[in-house]
Amino acid sequence: MQPESIVQEMPSPAAAPAMAETVLTVDNVSKSFGDNHVLRNFSLALRRGENVVVLGKSGSGKSVLIKCIIGLLLPDAGRITVLGQDVATLDHAAMDRLRAKVGFLFQSNALYDSMTVRDNLLFPLRRHWLAHGPAEEEALVHQALDDVGLAHTAELLPAELSGGMRKRIALARTLILRPDIILYDEPTTGLDPVTAREIDHLIREVQQKYRTSALIISHDMNCVRLVADRVVLLVDGRCYAEGTYEELAGNADPKVHEFFA
Amino acid sequence: MPNTALLAETGEITSFAGRFFREGFRPRYELAELLHQCYVVGYQSLPMVGITGFIMGMVLTLQSRPTMAQFGAESWIPVMVGLTIIREMGPIITALIFAGKIGSSIGAELGSMRVTEQIDAMEVSGTNPFKYLVATRVLATTLMLPLLTILADAIALYASFLGVNMKGTTTLALFTNNILSGLTFGDVLPAFVKTFFFGFAIGLIGCYKGYFSDKGTEGVGQAANSAVVVASLVIFLLDLVAVQITGLLGLN
Repeated sequence: MQPESIVQEMPSPAAAPAMAETVLTVDNVSKSFGDNHVLRNFSLALRRGENVVVLGKSGSGKSVLIKCIIGLLLPDAGRITVLGQDVATLDHAAMDRLRAKVGFLFQSNALYDSMTVRDNLLFPLRRHWLAHGPAEEEALVHQALDDVGLAHTAELLPAELSGGMRKRIALARTLILRPDIILYDEPTTGLDPVTAREIDHLIREVQQKYRTSALIISHDMNCVRLVADRVVLLVDGRCYAEGTYEELAGNADPKVHEFFA
Repeated sequence: MPNTALLAETGEITSFAGRFFREGFRPRYELAELLHQCYVVGYQSLPMVGITGFIMGMVLTLQSRPTMAQFGAESWIPVMVGLTIIREMGPIITALIFAGKIGSSIGAELGSMRVTEQIDAMEVSGTNPFKYLVATRVLATTLMLPLLTILADAIALYASFLGVNMKGTTTLALFTNNILSGLTFGDVLPAFVKTFFFGFAIGLIGCYKGYFSDKGTEGVGQAANSAVVVASLVIFLLDLVAVQITGLLGLN
């Protein structure tokens, strides 16, 4: 028996005051792997400059959701619109152009082992044809590393970095493209509490400095509390509840309460 | 492996090869990565291939000498060794060594990249990972194995010359002349051509196993291992086919 959504009890983002432009819309998206129905008519909207956290248990389909958004997976049904473009209708070239505006911080960081930090940062820049000459490349690398506080690591290999440093470099690789939207896949998973808080603050700093919108997948409640402007609770593939951290923390529904207890 | 699984995997590898021909030769061309891979799979395999070739030529000469001597046919050693190495042993042994070194390396590297989401990261970085990772590696192995085989053949024949001189005396000129007098176009060309297919198979299977590696470190190990096993088996099958084809063409 699937739990009924209580999302209608929460303030709807569409009804929120001072509404900003919507940069990402997930509209009734479903995705299954065989008999495993991961997403069921899931909907979500992300506004410019907003941090939205999708909260859910492990295996609840959070990572599948952002892989559908970035086009790594195709949804079975529904529509995903990113910066005004329907992801399903884009050809490879158009999808690549869109991906240059959407950063993705992977859960495992996904740094290229065989490349130095500098080359890791230059890779997306060069592949998207976004740099014009070595001087501009160098300036962008320096700025991105400076943003994450690791300006001295350019010549190091990922294997020479700690887990927290690798996460920061992965974020720098995302920031170097100056994206409009950043998708974070469990940014604090596997990090010690101190480093995890540093990453949380970094996410906030990036939002404030570059006015990026962010969709953050997490089940780390400290991370949710620190970075979320709005929280969407994903239960059994559905949007079960939605609201600010404080609103959901005060919700008595057992399915919501078990996350905030 | 059950027959159905074997057939299914054969179909998947064939489909993977089809994708290589569909996507591998279209822009955006990854020339820098292709050259890098040629360096990795070619240049860095030189010591292994050289040592193997040297031992192959030396051992073949030393072991065949007593038997040839019993029939008073020692003067035929250069021809016999030349034909054996150039037609069969050079291509096969080099390909097997290459499969062990490069096939497993490709399987493990791509498997590791799959597990750590590096392949997905490449895709969101505006890169077609199939072209960047697979097409370049398959082309590199296809182009480099023939060159390595020529090198291994040359080193093996020189080692054979040393082997002959360990128990007797001959000049390099006479030894070389004997080998060349026993070789025909039909001996050299098919042996050279089949190494392209060996290289293609090694690169393709290594990439296939790594690219579709299951999640987890165990999957990476399995990808590396099965890349070598399957590639080695395919090398022998291709060799069998090559023998049949050269026979039909009257080149045996």
